[in-house]
Amino acid sequence: MRRLLFALPLVGFLALAAVFKWGLGHDPRLLPSMLIDRPVPEMSLPPLPGRPADSGLATADLKGRVSLVNIYGSWCISCIQEHPYLMQLKKAGVTIHGIDWRDDPVEGAKWLQKHGDPYDRVGADPAPGRAAIDFGVTGAPETFIVDKAGVIRYKHIGPIGPEVWKTTLAPIVQELSK
Amino acid sequence: MRRLAFALMLALTAPAFAADPSEMLKDPALEHRAEKLGKELRCLVCQSESIEDSNADLAKDLRIIVREQIQNGKSDAEVKKFVVDRYGDYVLLKPPFKAGTLVLWLGPFAFLLVGIGAAWAFYRRRGTATDSAAPLAPAPLTEAEKRRLAALLKEEK
Repeated sequence: MRRLLFALPLVGFLALAAVFKWGLGHDPRLLPSMLIDRPVPEMSLPPLPGRPADSGLATADLKGRVSLVNIYGSWCISCIQEHPYLMQLKKAGVTIHGIDWRDDPVEGAKWLQKHGDPYDRVGADPAPGRAAIDFGVTGAPETFIVDKAGVIRYKHIGPIGPEVWKTTLAPIVQELSK
Repeated sequence: MRRLAFALMLALTAPAFAADPSEMLKDPALEHRAEKLGKELRCLVCQSESIEDSNADLAKDLRIIVREQIQNGKSDAEVKKFVVDRYGDYVLLKPPFKAGTLVLWLGPFAFLLVGIGAAWAFYRRRGTATDSAAPLAPAPLTEAEKRRLAALLKEEK
């Protein structure tokens, strides 16, 4: 028994090493969302300038079918990265709504004109980004999966690509669409 | 003279405040409350700074919203609840004391107790060890050894 005590520092070291290894591979920005399984926050965002008056995004618009709510901005670099894939998803029949976050709505509209518009509806949420804060957004891009009842079921932080879509997001969307 | 100028320069470069003067509330009492509250809220972008200290856009937005709510007569607890409802306990730089954070709060004291216990056990054992070591004191020299010792000492001289 006493001999085993000599192994204690080694055990302690291994435990610490395991914690450090976990810490190194763990991105502290990936916070769990408080909004999972809560209804979409109350919002009524105006459309981007030069677009139809009824193309804004309100809470009621998110009921009836499964949809993605994507936070973007014309200033957001990673949004350009995920953008082509969002266009593909739109083609494949996925409903995506956009929130133009902390942006000059004019710039947000120009950005969509330049790169293509993957969204069903887009609401403008200029600074101080009240809607985004109600969604608990910490950065862009972020994407929420909303079910038919208008309840948030998943949040993805960072750009969406084929990998994340196929392994994580698509199965959730499929499950909710049943 | 140059040294004096340098010292003066250092003294004048006080830490810059992130809060834009235009964000500040006119009522100093309310502004004081907002600043105090903002110091307890974590910036979600830089994570180790409070929203009051951070230059991140999101921190600026939260500063504005905290001030708005305070101006609208919300209590500190209500404002905190507003932010925690959206961002979780993580946003509080001082985590709340509740079931989920018991290990966090009591862990250090538990480790301290374990340490004190270990030290106590160690010294107690060492204390009894010296007592029981007494009979192990070297046996007196035999006659032969005494003679050899005397011979050796004589040789030295």
